[in-house]
Amino acid sequence: MKIDASRVAKLANLTLTQPEKEKFEKQLSEILSYVEKLKEVDTKNIEITSQVTGLENVTKEDKAKPSLSQEEVLSNAKSQHNGLFKVKAILE
Amino acid sequence: MNLNQLTIKEAKEGLRSKKFSSIELTKACLEQIKKHNENLNAFITITEKGALESAKKADELISDKQDLPFLGIPIALKDLFSTKGIKTSAASNVLRDYVPEYDATVVRKLKDAGAIIIGKTNLDAWAHGSSGENSDFGPTKNPWNKEYVPGGSSSGSAVSVASDMCIVSTGTDTGGSIRLPASFNNVVGLKPTYGRVSRYGIIAMASSLDSIGHFTKTVEDSALFLNITAGQDKFDASTLLNPIDNFTKDLNKGIKGLKIGIPKEFVTSDLDKEVKVKFEESVKLLVDLGAIISEISLPHTEYGIAAYYIIQPSEVSSNLARYDGIRYGNDRSFFGDEAKRRIMLGTFTLSSGYYDAYYKKAMAVRTLIKKDFENAFQKVNALISPVCPTLPWKLEEKINDPLKMYLSDVLTVTANIAGIPSLSIPAGFSTNNMPIGIQIMGKQLSESLLFQIGNAFEKQTNFYKQKPKL
Repeated sequence: MKIDASRVAKLANLTLTQPEKEKFEKQLSEILSYVEKLKEVDTKNIEITSQVTGLENVTKEDKAKPSLSQEEVLSNAKSQHNGLFKVKAILE
Repeated sequence: MNLNQLTIKEAKEGLRSKKFSSIELTKACLEQIKKHNENLNAFITITEKGALESAKKADELISDKQDLPFLGIPIALKDLFSTKGIKTSAASNVLRDYVPEYDATVVRKLKDAGAIIIGKTNLDAWAHGSSGENSDFGPTKNPWNKEYVPGGSSSGSAVSVASDMCIVSTGTDTGGSIRLPASFNNVVGLKPTYGRVSRYGIIAMASSLDSIGHFTKTVEDSALFLNITAGQDKFDASTLLNPIDNFTKDLNKGIKGLKIGIPKEFVTSDLDKEVKVKFEESVKLLVDLGAIISEISLPHTEYGIAAYYIIQPSEVSSNLARYDGIRYGNDRSFFGDEAKRRIMLGTFTLSSGYYDAYYKKAMAVRTLIKKDFENAFQKVNALISPVCPTLPWKLEEKINDPLKMYLSDVLTVTANIAGIPSLSIPAGFSTNNMPIGIQIMGKQLSESLLFQIGNAFEKQTNFYKQKPKL
């Protein structure tokens, strides 16, 4: 299996240099060839396991509780304006 | 013996009987860090000031006859555990200046128990790695020989305990990240049952696999530590409701008549000869102690790594999608190579057209691996195997071959896939004096049994008393 690193990087919002693209394509294709091994296993009628200890539908009360203050939430933001996160323009 | 070499149990007794103070104990650890951290690179952050303040308070409480389980005990935290007001970097440049506004549940529990936080330990960035070399802040070195890797991803946590820079440290184990470094450093490492310990506030790697555990000098300490960290947490919906045992209750019961299986698929010709010899010696000792040993088959073992390297990167790609540099941290250009590889691999296996062939397939194989263990535990009480098929390797030996690095986890990933607990304990040394470990696995929630077996083994071997020459 060959992987198109540019396409995957775009989906994952990563920027790759040309040497990185070549390196990762080779490495990831090797890893994918290895995991192809799973094709040997018959999994017909086998249910998937997403929750390994069998817990189901764990819910909590839908009730507002004290949380971090606005100041605390913004304390690590490098770019902010009037107490809000400032982001680059998405639409012109 | 220096104070920093003590176990939790010994330190507690000494503090309570006023043989020494928490300030003295904390200073002994800090001095050891100052002496050796430059060479070993076990700590990213050393919180000397806060530690000494907390130790002073602990001494006052001890004088007031207050009795908290870890009062005055210096601990180190893997730098994935959120600590209010203390930088939490995940050893990644993305978070190199991130300071959390809240504590992880485990951190809060440890503080409530009176523990002293002396620093945050190095790791493979985002816990991605088996050698400790993927840290953006330089590799941690193995204290037994600084030319060798300490194992990862909880590299600094294992080394900090092995080199007596603290009394105990925390770690995370998603595919072996506690057990492997424990075995490479001659310390005890516990990967608890999935959901036994809260993941809240611990930077997520692969959420259906992440297990929160710790490194200690002895098995008894490991049980004492789990007594504090285990339990349901309303902030982590996957924590188990089961009542928490006193995990020390079965420690001294011995193992006469216990049935212990050896998974034949774990002990193949691929094992390093010296690892095999130590494993066989360990089995013999368990027989001498009265265990009944039999061979067991876990037929889907050979698919463990393949399933793991689909499930884990898929979840990694999802968890690391939140790092956009807007709310905290730096932007995505700051990710290192290994994080990029896993994000891309996971993005691919989850992408349209490939999801069924990769992710869903791996999750079905997961069911089969889990079933293998369930069948095995119908026949035996526990399983034992080596932790790593090889001895610790030299720095840079595998760094350019990701697949080869991934295969170092071949004996550890299946416990994560099945959600079962596994305890890594020292099993001796190779001819070049590098540590070798074995792991004891049991069914979900069987930690007390693992401590029982591990403690019986440790009482006979006392490998933990051997220390690296720093």
